[in-house]
Amino acid sequence: MFVKFLTSAIRLSAVFLYGSTGEIIVEKGGHLNLGIPGIMSVSAAVSVLAEYSLIKSMGTSAPALLVLIPIIVAFLVGALMGFLYSFLTVTLRCNQNVVGLAMTTLGVGLAGYYMTGAGAKIMIVARASKYFVKLFDVSGGGAFSQIFFSHGILVYLAIIIAVIAQIVLSKTRTGLNLRAVGENPATADAAGINVSKYKYVSTCVGCGISGLGGLFCVMDYMGGNWEYVLEGFGWLSIALVIFTLWKPALSILGSIIFAGLYIASSYIEGISFAQIELIKLLPYVVTILVLVITSMINKRETQAPAALGQSYYREDR
Amino acid sequence: MEYTYAVQMKGITKRFGKVLANNNVDLDLRKGEILSLLGENGSGKTTLMNMLAGIYFPDEGQIFVNGEEVVIRSPKDAFDNHIGMVHQHFKLVDVFSAADNIILGEKEEKLPFKEEKQQIIEDALANNAECDEYEKEEHDGVLSYLTAPKRITDKELKKRLSLLPWTRFARSVKFNWLKKNRAGDLQGIADKYGFEIDLKKKIYDMSVSEKQTVEIIKVLYRKADILILDEPTAVLTPQEITKLFSVMRKMKEDGKSIIIITHKLNEVMEISDRVAVLRKGEHIATVDTKETSEKQLTEMMVGKKVDLNIERATPHDVEDRLVVEHLSAVNHDGIKVLDDVSFTARSGEILGIAGIAGSGQKELLEAIAGLQKLNTGDITYYDPAKNNEKVDLRSKTPVQIRELGVRLSFVPEDRLGMGLVGNMDITDNMMLRSYRKGIPFFLDRKNPKKLAEKIVDELQVATPNTQTPVRRLSGGNVQKILVGREIAAAPTVFMAAYPVRGLDINSSYTIYHLLNEQKEKGVAVIFVGEDLDVLIDLCDRIMVICGGKITGVIDGRRAIKEQIGSLMLGREIAFDDENKNKETAQNEAE
Repeated sequence: MFVKFLTSAIRLSAVFLYGSTGEIIVEKGGHLNLGIPGIMSVSAAVSVLAEYSLIKSMGTSAPALLVLIPIIVAFLVGALMGFLYSFLTVTLRCNQNVVGLAMTTLGVGLAGYYMTGAGAKIMIVARASKYFVKLFDVSGGGAFSQIFFSHGILVYLAIIIAVIAQIVLSKTRTGLNLRAVGENPATADAAGINVSKYKYVSTCVGCGISGLGGLFCVMDYMGGNWEYVLEGFGWLSIALVIFTLWKPALSILGSIIFAGLYIASSYIEGISFAQIELIKLLPYVVTILVLVITSMINKRETQAPAALGQSYYREDR
Repeated sequence: MEYTYAVQMKGITKRFGKVLANNNVDLDLRKGEILSLLGENGSGKTTLMNMLAGIYFPDEGQIFVNGEEVVIRSPKDAFDNHIGMVHQHFKLVDVFSAADNIILGEKEEKLPFKEEKQQIIEDALANNAECDEYEKEEHDGVLSYLTAPKRITDKELKKRLSLLPWTRFARSVKFNWLKKNRAGDLQGIADKYGFEIDLKKKIYDMSVSEKQTVEIIKVLYRKADILILDEPTAVLTPQEITKLFSVMRKMKEDGKSIIIITHKLNEVMEISDRVAVLRKGEHIATVDTKETSEKQLTEMMVGKKVDLNIERATPHDVEDRLVVEHLSAVNHDGIKVLDDVSFTARSGEILGIAGIAGSGQKELLEAIAGLQKLNTGDITYYDPAKNNEKVDLRSKTPVQIRELGVRLSFVPEDRLGMGLVGNMDITDNMMLRSYRKGIPFFLDRKNPKKLAEKIVDELQVATPNTQTPVRRLSGGNVQKILVGREIAAAPTVFMAAYPVRGLDINSSYTIYHLLNEQKEKGVAVIFVGEDLDVLIDLCDRIMVICGGKITGVIDGRRAIKEQIGSLMLGREIAFDDENKNKETAQNEAE
């Protein structure tokens, strides 16, 4: 029972991990992207479409391509949405919250519209989902390998991306410059950093990574099905960014905690529907607690990037 | 003795709209000297230096660095010419360590791919040519074989060239990786010039002086030979200033050329080799510090008194309206901005406040208006409506002050930040003062609209109608609306900070006229100004503030410009009245 719970928690955690890693990269550049749920949905929908046309044209003879191409598509679609977001917020300096929320509404709506009539397509796509789900055969393994080695490739990819993001952010000049852009763009500008370039690239890469979360959700977690859960997962990912204090490495653990809290209700016997919904609320409660605690500690390193949500315009110094 | 110049600026002119910030300025900086740049507010010192630092681009004129003409369009160009400027407002990322701030934005120096390829081929050829030379000579013994230069074969060269993208990539990755000991590597620069600083410390834990040190090290790290320090001493304690000066002398010994902007005469005399004086955007003279005196510098800085023909009536029915005693306050950096300030504002009088910008004028007015937290001191108001009954204004909020029946009007320096709301129209801005009046919960728009129309009409505000957002109006019109609204409140104390800043001559005179009108009505007017000629012609008394302290109160009718200038710089120098007497005599004769 506990093994099963942990295994499921780690599996689901990948959605949150993709979402939060992507959002952290975006936020480190000073942009609060509330469009993550929409970006995840659109990425998921488009990669399902890509998968469908792949199977249609070449069948299931090349499983590697069936995995690889949707990954690339999901990333690119996310990055494209990120490009739209950065064009609006960096170049046109629109309000980030408004643009983000608009993208969520747009993305969730578009994906929902497309998927409503796509039942037949989903059926076909579901056939390819097995290539995502199994990476190692652990039929004879014990509890340990069950928990850690029974997942699909996208789960491991999420962890690898989070680790790389952490290293780049904290150990490289690129990361240093990006953090400077998010903390104090005027200073970064004066130091010769191309602020707009950093904002564009970080937003596109971050949104691309979030897009992978959408792909994972459909192809792995749902096993090729479509359900309206992505938006909720997207919001949880944004909450997770605060929970993990803007650190992708911490996010690996945080996402497992969030996923655990999210599915905990299924593993507790004899509770009502209302109670299930209450338990599903726990991640948000935990996030609020973390916010309260960090603001009480009041250490500068645990705060959000100082220029988060603000547009930068060189001339108004 | 011949000098070589680090920087020469020739015929530099810079305009901002109609305003001439620098007019045909020539300035030269010798190698290895410390040059002070002295001038009043708005004399164009910072503008001039910003053109060296790449913030602004000159409209006319040439800049030579080490004898060669250069074009500086951005801070990067300035760095490429080894010019570095430490601005008054530090540009640092708070949550980073000092070391991270210093290396921020540093770019890897790398040759273009083709050039590096070419260089590898050339190196190989040179090496092989050396081998040819070597083989021509005779050598024997085993040792000579070992020391013989090695030939680079074609195969090896090919291999090196094919690996080039990878070696370049590896180099980039190595550069991109943040070294663990980056603070230690930078410590050398700090030690060389005697900076006492922990480079691992986070900026938010640092004092102002430490932050300044980081800025200076940052500039030195970028290999600047020409340093510009914009009022570096304004934020420092005397001990810190001594330290800064010793560092500056070390940098000078090291061959760096330094320009320092300062307002303090004693510092000018102490640190600089030469002094350049600017006045109203023009270069007056550059003199050797040894051959000048504080008195001469002050005279050069303030210039001759110009008569402005502003009417000044003799005050009547003068009584104490506002008494300020022993006021002290610190800002959020912990620096004293007001230091034991005492004065009295009297009804029917204009009290001028003169001082270098940022000497505490803003804080003083805000303290009276109830916006500045005070450490010590009392503010007492004598209410004319209640037979000059005493009212204590200390540590009251603006609302409390109003509720006490004190009719205080305040025209702040920051018109569209503190005075008016730019996106709202004129009527709505009038309501900022009256929204509490009338039936609770519902807004009264009728009276504010009437008032708005009255102000537009009487002060000749150039606006299509009263529904125009204030930010669309020109500076002069914005100021008229603000002053008009404050006057409409029928004040007994009227405070205005730099009310004519950025205004054209006509608007300025309108404002002077309004101030005089208030004075006639028996209002106690407090006027913070920057133009000394205006202060002398308009005010009945002039109070001079320097570094948060009152350095003197002078009768406006007998004020000598140079004397105010010296008080503003914190120096009491006796100036004879001769010139003034002569002028008055002349005027009277005419």
